[in-house]
Amino acid sequence: MMQVWHFSEMAYHPGWEFLNEGLRNVIPSRVYDPEIGADLYHRYLDEWALCDRLGLNIMVNEHHATATCTTSVCTIPMAILARETEKARLLCLGMPIGNRMDAVRVAEEYAMLDVISRGRVEMGFVKGAPFEINPANSNPAELEERFWEAHDLIVKAMTSHDGPFNWEGRHYHYREVNVWPRSWQQPHPPIWMTVASPGSAQRVARKGYVIAALNTGYMHTPVVYGAYRESAAEAGFDPGPDRFAYLCIIGVGETEAEGKRRAHQILDYSRTTPRVQSQFFYPPGYSPAARMAGLIRSGSELRIQRRDGSDFLMQDGTVEDFMAAGVAFAGTSAQVVEQVEEFAAAVGGFEHLLMMGQGGFISHEDTVANLTLFSEEALPAIARL
Amino acid sequence: MSLVLFLHGEHFTGMGGPFLERLGAGRDLHAPLYPGYDGTPPDPDFRSVDDLAYRYLDLLEELDERDAILVGASLGGWVALEMAVRDRSRIGRMALLAPVGVKLSGREERDFADLVFMPEAEAARALFHDPARWAPDHAVLDEAAVETVALERQWAAWYGWKPYMHNPLLAKWLHRAAVPTLLLWGESDGFAAPDYGRRLADRLPDARFETVAAAGHYPHIERAEATADAILAFVESK
Repeated sequence: MMQVWHFSEMAYHPGWEFLNEGLRNVIPSRVYDPEIGADLYHRYLDEWALCDRLGLNIMVNEHHATATCTTSVCTIPMAILARETEKARLLCLGMPIGNRMDAVRVAEEYAMLDVISRGRVEMGFVKGAPFEINPANSNPAELEERFWEAHDLIVKAMTSHDGPFNWEGRHYHYREVNVWPRSWQQPHPPIWMTVASPGSAQRVARKGYVIAALNTGYMHTPVVYGAYRESAAEAGFDPGPDRFAYLCIIGVGETEAEGKRRAHQILDYSRTTPRVQSQFFYPPGYSPAARMAGLIRSGSELRIQRRDGSDFLMQDGTVEDFMAAGVAFAGTSAQVVEQVEEFAAAVGGFEHLLMMGQGGFISHEDTVANLTLFSEEALPAIARL
Repeated sequence: MSLVLFLHGEHFTGMGGPFLERLGAGRDLHAPLYPGYDGTPPDPDFRSVDDLAYRYLDLLEELDERDAILVGASLGGWVALEMAVRDRSRIGRMALLAPVGVKLSGREERDFADLVFMPEAEAARALFHDPARWAPDHAVLDEAAVETVALERQWAAWYGWKPYMHNPLLAKWLHRAAVPTLLLWGESDGFAAPDYGRRLADRLPDARFETVAAAGHYPHIERAEATADAILAFVESK
């Protein structure tokens, strides 16, 4: 049964017009007005809390030094929502464990959240976007290795219940790892990872974790899912659709035009993603050299492929462009159901629809209408997919 | 005749040919590429400038060299300094071209410009006196050459990401690098300023500081002949 998760980056969009081409890394926080910011935080939390009544689950993430996402600590909204909601599952996708210098603290935060929410936490572990290297000052040439050492340590810390163990690894050193509390879900909350390349999909598949593809559309999603399926088969398990998640933008309206207008507004999330000086896009060693070489040549030009193979520049895409790519689904609820169904069939099926129901300049009223209409009219049909 | 060991810089390792030809003419020149830079990923345990220093001290021992001339450019100058503070018994002289590696300023200042998070054009201006002539144009380089650029940056991060291009403990041991040393600095160096070089020279037991006109951070690339000649004059001035 398809699960739907509402995601917002808690953007500080009032700052966007002052910041021109760069919305990340080097922007001065004097642009940020804490009074406006407080209203926005409460508004976004209200929208997530509403999900609990609408039968939707909740997804948060984190970014740093940016006006596109003011969730700089993902476990803070998780903590508030753990108490404010009763039914919704709480997914953090995710915790950039290769950029966090204290892995045991991550285990403690997730364990505490899991107990407070009485077992509703889903633990996402992510490598983090390339422009996250700069604020973390983590060595990009070692990121992959540090990520997996943090993963191993966190899992061991959450599943060891007989007192302390010692950890003297390459990146993490602890005399006594002894995490309290013990998590509600045993042996530990479910683990998710985001994946953009077939190479990383293989490693996630061998662990059997949920794999999330973010805005990868018709062209790239099957490649990533395919690599996962192949590696899972080699590892001797047949992954069900509950191992696959897909993040997209959804705009639902009473009319097609209204749904598209809402998606169009939310899509400023996508259009602002490349608004960062190009040098932050390719920290050395973050990706294999062949891919880095392409980025060094092209700068930060991000292009999205439509289903027909043509492409467009990410910051210029219209709602129709993003729909043609399978990145946005928009229109009436019946149209959205049809689009999601067609997409899911084309990429081989998934059971977690990560829905960006808020983004950019969309108003609170429109967000509430978007989520409500979606849950009342589209969710019953989508859940059956 | 003494062996010359050239320790390369973090970037543009392929551009040192004319310099090495002049420096090595009639001499026993060794110019190894570091692990990673040589096309083979280093052993996972090999990832610091200390490792490079011990590797090339081992090399001097294997060759039974007792009077080596170390020539180090930037990152390579740092490697040479780390070698000299550990064991100077096989090192006769050092010629260091804008070496990095020593922290001289306070915690909120940088001795070395942050090339990684600079726009490409700005980094090129920091590194070269005449970037239009010397900085590679990535848009016209072939794919393999840009991949080499990406790999050199990756290995520079591997060896020198954090602390950025220096060892915080090195400054206090510089008294051990008691070998005659020439510090050569491009006058237009925007990565490690000539003034940093002057202060470094003051901290070394036996160093003299000279500048190279019309050169940036890599004088051996931009002024290959003049740089090689300055080094040879220093070496022969015993």
